[in-house]
Amino acid sequence: MSFRKAQIAQIRLMSSHPEVYEPCDDSFALVDALLADRNNLLEHQPTLCMEVGCGSGYVITSLALMLRQEAPGVYYIATDINPHAMRVTSETLEAHGVHAELINTDISSGLEKRLAGLVDVMVVNPPYVPTPEDEVGREGIASAWAGGENGRCVIDKILPIADYLLSDKGWLYMVMLTANKPSQICLQMREKGYASRIVVQRSTEEESLHVIKFWRDFDTQADAKEKAATNKTVPARVMESLVSQFPLSSFWRSCGSHSS
Amino acid sequence: MRLLTHNMLSSNIKGVANGFPLGIEVEKVIEKQVELSADFLRNLFPKIEWKALVDAARTMGYAELPEEVDSSMLDSNEFLTKFHHALLELHLEEGALVCPETGRRFPVTKGIPNMLLHEDEV
Repeated sequence: MSFRKAQIAQIRLMSSHPEVYEPCDDSFALVDALLADRNNLLEHQPTLCMEVGCGSGYVITSLALMLRQEAPGVYYIATDINPHAMRVTSETLEAHGVHAELINTDISSGLEKRLAGLVDVMVVNPPYVPTPEDEVGREGIASAWAGGENGRCVIDKILPIADYLLSDKGWLYMVMLTANKPSQICLQMREKGYASRIVVQRSTEEESLHVIKFWRDFDTQADAKEKAATNKTVPARVMESLVSQFPLSSFWRSCGSHSS
Repeated sequence: MRLLTHNMLSSNIKGVANGFPLGIEVEKVIEKQVELSADFLRNLFPKIEWKALVDAARTMGYAELPEEVDSSMLDSNEFLTKFHHALLELHLEEGALVCPETGRRFPVTKGIPNMLLHEDEV
């Protein structure tokens, strides 16, 4: 067994710009989640990895570095709505000697038609901070955090796009806060046939961060079909597995708002 | 921007029915050597719109790709080398991508295409 330390992006090689979000606790949590799952990622043998909202480039650079040795032929794509973020990501990638294709666009606009079903790994650190709705999608650095009501505005846009772009074996890693109601998000994804697991959970002074991994699961898809056919509620064992993952308070709170 | 990415991009303007492939206006092309991975090329080959790649490569000044292909050619090193070069080593550094239906230009600056739409295009 090899204990060689996998490389990730180095802070001293990061480029920056006043209008671009610098690597912070949430970026570190996402990279830690990818590192924790690195052996699975190598076994997964991705052809195409994509980051939506790459900001400083810390995450996509780290992903490219940690897979570089064992998985040399991977196509990396990173998008951001902020043009400054594109330049900073480009400089960060170059300083680390790795390459990703960069596209300045809103989520994945312009890529959806041809990338449908091709993305094997998608990583997203979305703007998840609860803010007034009118702060969402503003120019510059605000686009890196403003998430609207419950911080869900952009997350809820990205989830169906991820479902559309992911390959049959595709994985999605997404950062979210307790305030985003992660258990509700997992239930919604379950209805689309995705299983989920918390890879990293971390409380900082300001927020409680989760990095959740989603993947298409045969059993989950069967459950989703059964549910659609019989209009039953979520199967009991699904509820059990979700309850065991999340603190009860957040689970019941989000379930309460879910019921009609 | 590699031609692989050009092959994955379409015009995203509201109301455009067939936004693929985008035309290419070349101001500056650069070449960067990348190690060839035959597995990677074989994995990607079925996903590539071949004619779009041939035309794009020609616009970028590389006319060595065959017009017609089939998967048996992936056993030929000569073919893989050309496919690899066109797909991954040619970069559009400066120029524009052009919507085939409306003629709208999407600028490419320092190798990064700007696909952001104006409010009336969304």
